[in-house]
Amino acid sequence: MVTMTSAPFEYMRPKTVAEASRLLSKYGGGAKLLAGGHSLVPLMKLRLASPQALIDLSGVGELKGINSSASGLSIGAMTTYHELESSVEVQRAAPLLADAASQVADAQVRNFGTIGGAVSHSDPSADLPAVVLALDAVMKTATQRAGRDIPVERFFKDFLTTALRQNEVLTRIEVPKLPANTGTSYIKQSNKASHYAVVGVAAVITLGADGVCERARVAITGAGPYAVRAKRTERMLVGKKLAPNVIRNAAKRAGAEISGSFNEDVHASAGYREAMTQVFAERAITAAVANAR
Amino acid sequence: MVMAKLGDSVRRVEDDRLITGRGRYVDDIKLNGMLYVSLVRSPHAHALIKNVDVSAAAALPGVETVFTGADLQEQLGSLPAGWTIKDMVAPPHPPMAFEKVRVVGDAVAAVVAIDPAIAADAAQLVDVTYEVLPAIVDAEKATKPGAPQLHEESSDNVAFNWEVHGGDYATAAKSAEVVVKQRIINQRLIPNSMETRGVVADYDPGNDHLTIYTSTQIPHLMRLLFSLITGHPEHKLRVVAPDVGGAFGCKLYLYAEEVICGIIAKNLGRPVKWTEGRQENYVATTHGRDHIADVEICGNKDGTITGLNAHIYANLGAYLSTFAPGIPTVLFGLMLSGQYKIPSISCKVTGVFTNTTPVDAYRGAGRPEATHLVERMVDMFAQEIGRDPLVVRRKNFLAPFKNGKEVATGVKYDSGNYQGALNRALEIFDVKAFREEQRAARKEGKLLGVGFSTYIEICGMAPSAVAGALGAGAGLWESSTVRVHPTGKVTVLTGTSPHGQGHETSFAQIVSAELGVPMEDVDVLHGDTDRQQFGTGTFGSRSLAVGGQALMMSLKKVKDKALKIAARELDADPKMVRFEDGVYSLEDIAEKQLPFASVALAAHSALNLPPRMEPGLEETSFFDPENFTWPFGAHICVVEIDEATGETKIAKYVAVDDIGNVINPMIVDGMVHGGIAQGIGQALQEGAVYSSDGQLLTGSMLDYAVPTAEDLPSFITDRTVTPTNVNDLGAKGAGEAGTIAASPAVINAVVDALKHLGVKHIDMPLRSEHVWRTINDAKVAQRANRSVSAVKGS
Repeated sequence: MVTMTSAPFEYMRPKTVAEASRLLSKYGGGAKLLAGGHSLVPLMKLRLASPQALIDLSGVGELKGINSSASGLSIGAMTTYHELESSVEVQRAAPLLADAASQVADAQVRNFGTIGGAVSHSDPSADLPAVVLALDAVMKTATQRAGRDIPVERFFKDFLTTALRQNEVLTRIEVPKLPANTGTSYIKQSNKASHYAVVGVAAVITLGADGVCERARVAITGAGPYAVRAKRTERMLVGKKLAPNVIRNAAKRAGAEISGSFNEDVHASAGYREAMTQVFAERAITAAVANAR
Repeated sequence: MVMAKLGDSVRRVEDDRLITGRGRYVDDIKLNGMLYVSLVRSPHAHALIKNVDVSAAAALPGVETVFTGADLQEQLGSLPAGWTIKDMVAPPHPPMAFEKVRVVGDAVAAVVAIDPAIAADAAQLVDVTYEVLPAIVDAEKATKPGAPQLHEESSDNVAFNWEVHGGDYATAAKSAEVVVKQRIINQRLIPNSMETRGVVADYDPGNDHLTIYTSTQIPHLMRLLFSLITGHPEHKLRVVAPDVGGAFGCKLYLYAEEVICGIIAKNLGRPVKWTEGRQENYVATTHGRDHIADVEICGNKDGTITGLNAHIYANLGAYLSTFAPGIPTVLFGLMLSGQYKIPSISCKVTGVFTNTTPVDAYRGAGRPEATHLVERMVDMFAQEIGRDPLVVRRKNFLAPFKNGKEVATGVKYDSGNYQGALNRALEIFDVKAFREEQRAARKEGKLLGVGFSTYIEICGMAPSAVAGALGAGAGLWESSTVRVHPTGKVTVLTGTSPHGQGHETSFAQIVSAELGVPMEDVDVLHGDTDRQQFGTGTFGSRSLAVGGQALMMSLKKVKDKALKIAARELDADPKMVRFEDGVYSLEDIAEKQLPFASVALAAHSALNLPPRMEPGLEETSFFDPENFTWPFGAHICVVEIDEATGETKIAKYVAVDDIGNVINPMIVDGMVHGGIAQGIGQALQEGAVYSSDGQLLTGSMLDYAVPTAEDLPSFITDRTVTPTNVNDLGAKGAGEAGTIAASPAVINAVVDALKHLGVKHIDMPLRSEHVWRTINDAKVAQRANRSVSAVKGS
């Protein structure tokens, strides 16, 4: 039963995305991409996952690096949490991402875990899915033959399920430049054991010159089967001056998109997660508004 | 060159090797021709074994052989309980199950292969057919009619009922002005030593010598128990505890895997190794605590406590582990007087089998449970009569004493000054200022609270006759040998067996101070039954108070003999010879001096010894203390609670401990810090959770929340000193104090923060949701009360 040794597997380390995609096709679902390995390898050691082959992406140069341009950031899928939190470009253009990355687990995990691995896994309690949702990111992917751009809103499909096809590799995460007068915040309650989010809320709020909310993005992780935007809350913010009672009322609807499918485990009941979704939404929005001014 | 004195913060001599990866743990041991064992464990909490098919596993290339529980049934014997309670039911505990499994993790087969990965692969191929039975995990429910029954020997799953009565509680309760009742849960904990367990067994058939390397706290007791149950002769069995990476009590037993590996090595004539995985550790290594306590405290409105009564369901798990019966009884029930004069104390403990991992000692072992209960009840009593918990404590403290004080549970404390420790804590922490801060914070919607824990400990295990009368199967004395080599270097052999405590430093420090030799010239050897003739091991904060005293006795003998040799060499009357800083000299004749090393050489060269004196300079001593030692202290905790989420943070923590004389303050500080961390861990976040069918839901570090630095504040520690007279060092023991004191300090602080809402008690752990619900429930109750009184008023 309990073992710390994985089942046998084949191991390969391609140099290109095309080669990685070809290998995925070759194994027809029997292979797994290895990024930072901090979700996959523990599952393999417990033999909850026993892939026939591991395709290690650490040798693929095109998946690395953070590029900054006038339109925003282009972040390689193999960029580690540590690189995100310590990158001056990310801190300047998307402080939300740098801040959230710094809240992931501990230093050892941040040195290995990657943004691409985190979002491709669609772990319901991971931090970054909420963050890329709130940032309106575009997920760039490639196969052996072609690439496509997936708007992040269509990327997370379900518990541990994304829009990625079997032979498709997530290559880069593009984060558009934030409008002026935009404030951001990511606040979570950590599970004390793993530091995964029991509930985490990312908020991106843009204010007009008159203090009226022009644009709102609020995304929730940890609470439901996968990360989602809190669109009802967003609608209750846009067009209004964000006084505390406005934020509070909007935050009360933050769980609407998850309604009926809140997670329940040894760390928190569904009812508590539902209540905390509102509390943390209120706090994240309030902090974002404070940053925007 | 470090010349140490008692009381110096000498740097730990072990650390250089341990933190540079040069320690030698069981898993570092590789022997020629060694094979690897992987155990097939039950995924069910309760099931009959109908069939074990090993054919596919045995056929895997690299697999040497596969043993089932039935194959080795006769050779493995049954694991013993080393502590006996009157009328106790002690059912068989086969190291490998062959008819029935009673807990997730029971071993049912052992795969032996040429490498650990192959062994793990093959273990997955062993096909066990189970008939699953209903399981029970709750100790109280397990005693009720109709509950699943684990052992034929006990129809109600009860292993024992143990009682202690002092005074007359029933009468005290009847005549008391106030009686407060509360159910208190002390949740199950998983020890999480940094090094999991591991065993290497090596058999020499020519001499019938079996060597077992194991990560244990008790090499000699383990050898004794192994030999008793397997029949392997004790004098042909060597048990070695190399570097051991932490234990906290969980390596204090004879374990199934030690017997399984020893017997497999004998069967195969080849060395074998088993290394426990972390998840395996969570089910196969003992847990701690797990009490359901129904408690009453009674007394008068002036604050006088007149009685305490408790009934405990102690969850023992599926089988009796080696010390299990002693932990919730003697080490718990006899502690229920705390620092107080309580005329009537009554306690009944029902030890219960359930389909869970066996429960045994975990840092503090019984005393944290007792302290939590007593300190909670004292606070509840104070709250009920509307008095300051500090005033109630002071009113009931035993007056300071130096030469023993008997309490209602029948035990005799050695020395104490409980007012002194509390006074010191209150010099560090300004309660008045805090109360103002608390009021101001509440106005801003912030919840702050302060909690006190004035605790007592029992250490220095143990006066053997007393321990025997209480149920111990063996004496708990300690031994030491001091071997002075011809060059004046010193080897110390101790029967204690450290696993992080720093004996190599503190014992060497004692030698350095007593013989005037530098620390570098002293080697402290432990954990090998071929080196040390016998010893009881390291647990219960006993090593310095018992093992240290054994060392002092040997040093005294060495010094007595060396002085006589020195006098002969100096041609003087021994009475005229002084020994100071490692040099023998004569008072009046400054030029006549002799260093200790020269005396050591003279003892060995034997050219000029006093008449009839034996050559050499080596002494052995055995120390059996006449009493336990009783450390104590006062801890203060401040918490801050986020009302909207229930998140609870420790804002401040002050610990004043009195452990008698201190040999190495730095080591003691480290122990206190680690202990507090574990106590806070229990209070805030740790807790093993089982599903009703016996699956461990907190089965890994992803779900079991061990505290880390971010969960803890910077501790403020200080000490008062009330030496014991049980040993010459005056040392009482420091290893568990923090763990024992911390949990009620935290809970009392949380209740203090919430008492304006009508909250009287909250159980551990303080997971955010639990605190949040407590706050919400209290508010609902408060509103209901208000509307009731409004209706009454109208």
